Amino acid sequence: MDPELIKLAIGGLVLLGCVGLFFGIGLAIAAHKFAVESNPLIEEVLESLPLANCGGCGYPGCEGYAIEVVTDPDVPANLCYPGKEKVAERVASLTGKKMAAMEDTIAVVRCSRIEGRVSHKHRYVGFSSCTAASLGFGGPSACQYSCVGLGECAEACPFDAIEMKEGFPIIDPDTCVSCGVCVKTCPKEIMEIQSMKARIWVPCHTKDLGKAVMGVCEVGCIGCKMCVKVCPADAVTYENNIVKIDHKACIEYGPACEEVCVSKCPRDIFLPYQGRQVIARDVESGLKMAG
Amino acid sequence: MAPTLTFPKGGVHPPESKKLTENLAVEVMPLPAELEIILGQHIGAPCAATVAKRAEVSEGDLIGEVSKGLGVPLHAPASGKVKAVGNSGHPVRVSAPSVTITVDQEAPDKQYQPRDWQNDTSQELLKRVHDAGIIGIGGAGFPTHVKLKPPSDNPVDTLLLNGAECEPYITADHRAMLEMAPEIVEGAKILLKILGITNCVIGIENNKPDAIKMMTDAANGTAGDGFSITVQPLEVKYPQGSEKQLIQAITGRKVPAMALPSAVGVVVHNVSTTKAVYDAVVLEKPLVEKVVTISGKGINRPANLLVKVGTKLIDIVEFCGGVKPDLSRVVMGGPMMGFAVSDLNIPISKTTSSVLFLTDEEIDANPLSACIRCGWCLDACPMGLEPKEIGVFVEGNRAEDTEQFGVFECFECGSCAYVCPAKRPLVQFVRLAKMKAKRS
Repeated sequence: MDPELIKLAIGGLVLLGCVGLFFGIGLAIAAHKFAVESNPLIEEVLESLPLANCGGCGYPGCEGYAIEVVTDPDVPANLCYPGKEKVAERVASLTGKKMAAMEDTIAVVRCSRIEGRVSHKHRYVGFSSCTAASLGFGGPSACQYSCVGLGECAEACPFDAIEMKEGFPIIDPDTCVSCGVCVKTCPKEIMEIQSMKARIWVPCHTKDLGKAVMGVCEVGCIGCKMCVKVCPADAVTYENNIVKIDHKACIEYGPACEEVCVSKCPRDIFLPYQGRQVIARDVESGLKMAG
Repeated sequence: MAPTLTFPKGGVHPPESKKLTENLAVEVMPLPAELEIILGQHIGAPCAATVAKRAEVSEGDLIGEVSKGLGVPLHAPASGKVKAVGNSGHPVRVSAPSVTITVDQEAPDKQYQPRDWQNDTSQELLKRVHDAGIIGIGGAGFPTHVKLKPPSDNPVDTLLLNGAECEPYITADHRAMLEMAPEIVEGAKILLKILGITNCVIGIENNKPDAIKMMTDAANGTAGDGFSITVQPLEVKYPQGSEKQLIQAITGRKVPAMALPSAVGVVVHNVSTTKAVYDAVVLEKPLVEKVVTISGKGINRPANLLVKVGTKLIDIVEFCGGVKPDLSRVVMGGPMMGFAVSDLNIPISKTTSSVLFLTDEEIDANPLSACIRCGWCLDACPMGLEPKEIGVFVEGNRAEDTEQFGVFECFECGSCAYVCPAKRPLVQFVRLAKMKAKRS
């Protein structure tokens, strides 16, 4: 081989080696000098979270919550709804925070448009999104507070827990982790997070009164306030034209009242609620009625 | 005739469809049985009702007032008895607080005597404009007295009167200019005195040569009063009557983004608003009625009607001989910027300029399809925005990131949606984007 060529090759190797060594040392110094001190606790908390990034805790993703729960002493350890008690316990033990009781909750739909046979006041043409449809004269439903039915909640649900059946959202109680994304998405604000132990469910969210409701829906709240009067536990209030139930007071009072609100409600919008089966049964029967 | 002017960027030429009503003189609609006056008709804080149920009111009585914030008072459009202070249908908000008056059909018409306004100071004139409840009745509903008090760091030198009426179908301003030209010019003089300036230009689209002639004659009659009032013909192009486009067309000045016209020394008022200013100052008559164009192929008798504020659509339909069986959509406002409504129990407000009854052949209810990136909307947008990008972002659930495309500069003229070959509801996308971008 040509010795000139060998010389050139060795020269190149040496030169590149030196350049590599130079930058290597530079990088090593830089890595040492500008090292970001990471809190291993954050990493550990992050690993214990479900990493679904649903945003139900109110922070931007799981990492956002991990950082806040570790650095801010005021952020409670039980904000991860999908993780339920198990994750909350782990986060509490890692961060040394007090473990507050974690209630089993679920999202419920506060509307029964299908059972109420709410008609459409106009045909909606355009971008298929509930918010968009609501911009045009309050949405296509005759009741301006009712479910629009274009499935924006189902699309937004990070856990695929909402299924649209005949244009009405049905929440799968086994999949729903009550992250609250649907609550924030729904332009009609008909989604609500409710305790799994709740005894009563009020599937109506209208703010209209009397005749205005009678004219559009068969099972809409007319604001007679009978429920407020009959509840022995004072758990039912009627504020801003909407029935509000203090589930804690209701559960504490117990079954002694024999669900008097359910039997007295003239519009049948008070339904007994015991977790899962009942929701499914009612929606199925509603679909049959409407069908 | 002076050469026609127009704005430099974008614009579209929708079919004018003004033939239906442009030759029909303004008719006074008889008083309906009931009037529903919405309390929040202007931009700003809504009025609070100052009358209670069962109160007797006569025409022009105060029925609503704004205690705090931006706003103007509200007056009874006719004599009668307050039936209820409750809620009424509303084209955008669906339902809104209102005062319902059962009209006393026997009550004598109120007579208004002209008075001499020349000796009033500009402060007195301004107060009269406020007290008469005058707002921009071309559609925006901005309180007029606020526009007449431009910020002191931006001296105003020109008053523009907007007689472009570029929306298809609408002929209310056209008829007002034909039938009330001297009053409009007199109103312009009042506005000039309040502003303390002398220069006024009336912009009118070239498709209304008769109005241009009438207004020119009326304006020439004022020569020697110390005012310079001229008429400027404008090219027929939508949206010529948009404030910023009108200013650029006539004065060549470009209003900066998110700024008011006073930033370039201009104040713009609609010709019908100017007529209302005349009524308020010379006749001491509050703003309780307005000319509304009832048009479209779906109504039996199209008309230009002088109706009381609070008249319900159902009464107008009855007066105009009912609707045709092939009626497909009812729109309050023009076809480009108006709102479709699905209930006829909605009252006319101070800002309603037309009610259109459209048939299938006049509307396009084809479903939307995907954006084909043709760029027609970019050519059509008078603000130089990118409507297609906003639409794509909204569809991709990234509405809150649309501020980079100037979504808040969009005034929803609808030119982009009009030209879109994919039938994309671009204005709706923009409204969604604004809503979500504001929320985030």
